[in-house]
Formats: sequence, structure tokens, C-alpha cells
Amino acid sequence: MSVERLHERYVLLRATNPAGPLPEMRPGQFAQLRADLAPNTFLRRPISINFVDVTANEVWFLIQTVGEGSRSFARLQTGDMLNAVLPLGNGFTLPATSAERVLLVGGGVGTAPLLYMGSQMLAMGCRPTFLLGARSKGDLLQMEAFQRLGDVFVTTEDGTAGERGFVTQHSVLRERQFDRISTCGPKPMMVAVARFAKSAGIACEVSLENMMACGVGACLCCVEDTQEGHVCVCKEGPVFNMEDLKWQI
Amino acid sequence: MELKNPVMTASGTFGYGLEFADFVNLEDIGGIIVKGTTLEPRQGNPYPRMAETPKGMLNCVGLQNKGVDYFCEHIYPTIRDIKTNMIVNVSGSSPADYAECAARIDALDRIPAIELNISCPNVRQGGMAFGVTAEGAASVVKAVRKAYHKTLIVKLSPNVTDVCEIARAVEAEGADSVSLINTLMGMAIDAEKRKRVLSIGTGGLSGPCVKPVALRMVYQVARAVKIPVVGLGGIMSATDAVEFLLAGASAVEIGTANFIDPAITVKVAQGINDYLDCHGFASVHDIIGTVE
Repeated sequence: MSVERLHERYVLLRATNPAGPLPEMRPGQFAQLRADLAPNTFLRRPISINFVDVTANEVWFLIQTVGEGSRSFARLQTGDMLNAVLPLGNGFTLPATSAERVLLVGGGVGTAPLLYMGSQMLAMGCRPTFLLGARSKGDLLQMEAFQRLGDVFVTTEDGTAGERGFVTQHSVLRERQFDRISTCGPKPMMVAVARFAKSAGIACEVSLENMMACGVGACLCCVEDTQEGHVCVCKEGPVFNMEDLKWQI
Repeated sequence: MELKNPVMTASGTFGYGLEFADFVNLEDIGGIIVKGTTLEPRQGNPYPRMAETPKGMLNCVGLQNKGVDYFCEHIYPTIRDIKTNMIVNVSGSSPADYAECAARIDALDRIPAIELNISCPNVRQGGMAFGVTAEGAASVVKAVRKAYHKTLIVKLSPNVTDVCEIARAVEAEGADSVSLINTLMGMAIDAEKRKRVLSIGTGGLSGPCVKPVALRMVYQVARAVKIPVVGLGGIMSATDAVEFLLAGASAVEIGTANFIDPAITVKVAQGINDYLDCHGFASVHDIIGTVE
């Protein structure tokens, strides 16, 4: 595994599997990761799949160092072993035709799974539009990679890059038409995106990150309240159609 | 009920077994104790239901399940052909509904045993309320024993003053075995938000942090009753499992460790065999309760 520090608060782990080819992974799925050198954390951490390089047999994880668990990944060195269970959960809906106009909206480190989603879309001949939000310019990650895949629009809360404000205030939402929105980021942002999508009559799916233990639908810790009652985000999600959730939108 | 090896899975940590079929050969596990089942469907407690702790975790799932009829109609057909002991954990809010739930499972020919959960700390009615007094525990076991004719394991709570008194009470009412410990009641607080972390305020503590408490209680109960004891609480390795066998457990359950390593069950089963070979024991029976 190789470790690249993108920013003081973000680390990119590029892991390979020495035992053979990595399993097939879909955009929006996640892995349960553990750093074997982490003495102060107990559970695995659910981390979204940032990118898959089939040729290099690599899977990428973009991690923001916020707590003890994520800091344990930041302490890893190139060459260390990363213990991963993957792939888990269900992915984003891929476009049915190359003509589908898909907007991928990411906030903060929630942009991570959208890179893989965008690359899979482009491979199908469907060019994605990205709307990426961050606190500040330095929190916008992997921008060159996003720009190679599609049109990229940006907001920052402090106005240091793109339009100042939140993603839902960006002018692209007024100027272009979309058939579907897939979003991943902080819950308040996703609620606002879902609210916009609903008012505009656009299909919208969101990727949740409830606290998890098992990752396979056994412990029932990560439940989200849906139209069908409590369901596991790890097994039934992490991607949900906004209509299935009991969000106030 | 015969076990092919002494390793079982703890209820609520292994789903219905099928969730782990990608990671282990389920038939290499001695017994699979499936998620707690109640007479009526239950939505469980609101999110958040989990908090990580040093060497462990708290949960307050609250027995979310679709009810015994759903289990019999939809889940049982998918697990009945798994060639190991498929055991159902049964919970309730009165002796009568424990007994009714048990009776419906009695009719399923490929379920050789139930584990009676009188020790869930996360439900307001029933659950642990029965498991913290000898009278309450006896009342549930008495009602279930009349309705259930196969192997009856009773899962005991550690949140009591004298676990042996309760173990003796359920033995006297016809329990075939006791399993212990269920989770220890605990709490997590977020200092920044000045709030309790879990939705209902408290939760059950599990993981390696509880192992010393569990070992002590298994040791005591194994000496207080004649029926076999199933030991659980924080087992993360074959060595941990052997410690429980030495303390007096005839079998063990693995719970929280399934979340850390989904293939841990078969590794522990193999590791117990390695221990026996290494120390010249012919069978696991040769070490049960032999700690000095």
C-alpha cells in the first residue's frame, strides 16, 4: 500500500492485493478498514471506495483525519499492510443511457466516491457534471482528476475558489438541466441537495455514513429510518433513493 | 444437542449466518445462534445505537426483528439446510409470549435448540427485567419449558449481584444449559455536546474489555450448576476461548469479534484444536473446568 498526504487533514491510501486481482467494485460501495497498528481503536472504519485502477490492481481510499480511527490510517507508511473487507453495500445508480444528464454533488471528503462514479460513467460514454463544495480552496481534493472526467463546478464557503456559498446556491443548478443527482457529503448538505432535487422534480440518491460496527447487516447498529422502517445503511445502503428515507425535504 | 466443535456465534453479532457466508464455511462452526426473535415484530431503538469504547463497544439495538412468524415463513427456509446447529435466540415481554414464541420454533424440525434471552439490557419491558431476579428468571423458564421440548439454553445477565443464584433457579426449572455473559450495562457521554451518545442513554458493553468479568462469572456458575455452561464475553482468539473452557465452559460463543474479523469463528475453532494437539489432549472434554 502507498500513502500520499494530500493536505494536512487528508490522506490518500492506494492499496493493492498481493494475493491476486481485487474483486469487482461498483461506485458508491465501501470497505471496512483497519490499521493493524492502531492500538486505541477497536472497530473497523467504513471508508468509501475513491477509485479503482484495474490495470494497477489498486483501490484508493481518501481519508479525512478527524478522529482516532482516521488518524490511525494517516500514521500508516508506504509498504504497511491495510486490513480491508470489501466491497460492501450497494452503489450509485449508473446511467441507463449515455444521454442521461447526471449531476454528481460532493461536499468535503464526501467527494471521494464521486471520482470512481465519474470514471465509470465516462467509461460508459456518459460525461458527468460535478458540483463540489468545500470550506476553502485547500479542502478541494483531486481536482485535476475530476476535471479529466467531466465539467467541474465548485463552491467554497469562504469564496477562495469557485462561487462563494453552498453547493445548492451554485448557478449551474439554474443554468443546466439534469435527469438525476447522486450526492455524498455532510448530511445537512445532502438534505439541501435532496430538497432542491425534489422541488425541481429530479431523481436523487444520497450516500449515508451512519456509524457502523459489522458492515454486513448483522449487528443492526447503523440503521436509518426509512419508509420500510429501520434498515441497515451497510447492507441496504449506503446509497438510498431520497424518496425511501424519512427526511424532512 | 451435539456440537461438532465448541465454537458458536453469539446472537445479534452474526445475523442469520448467511451474512457471513462470503467469509467462512458456516458448516465449520459448531453452532450459529441467530438474531433475537420476538413474538411480534420490533423496530428496535432509534439511531444512534452504537458507541466505540476502549477495547469494546456499546450497543442499544433493542431487539429489532421481524417477529417469529416472519422468521418461520421467510428466514427458516433459507437457513434450514445449513449443516450445523442453527439455534434461535428468543426474547419476550412476558412469560406467556416467551412461551408462545418458543412453541412456534419448537415446530421447526431443523432448529435443535433455543437460547432464551432473559438478559437484554436494551428493552424497556421484559428482557433483562426477568434475568435480574431468581424469581423472574424462573418464571420465564417454567413457562417456556412447558411449551418447548428441545434443548433449552438460558442466557444470563451479568448485571446482577449473584449470578449463581439465578443460574441455579433456571436449572431447577428445567433449563438444559446456561450461556453467559450477555452485555454489561454501560453508558457513553460526548463531552463536547454534553449529551449521552446512545439514543436511549444506556447500552450493553461487549468486546475484550468485558472478558475478565465474563471469565469470573463462568468460573463461578460452572461450579454452581450441573448443566453445561456456554461461555462468552470478549473472546477474540483461540487462547481466549481456551480460557473459558478451562474456567468451566463446555462451549463458547463468539460475538463482537465477528465485527473485527468476519472469519474469526473458524480460526478460533482451529486454534482450539491446535492448543489441544500442542498440549497432548485428545479432546476438548479433557480441559473443561480444569483450571487450578
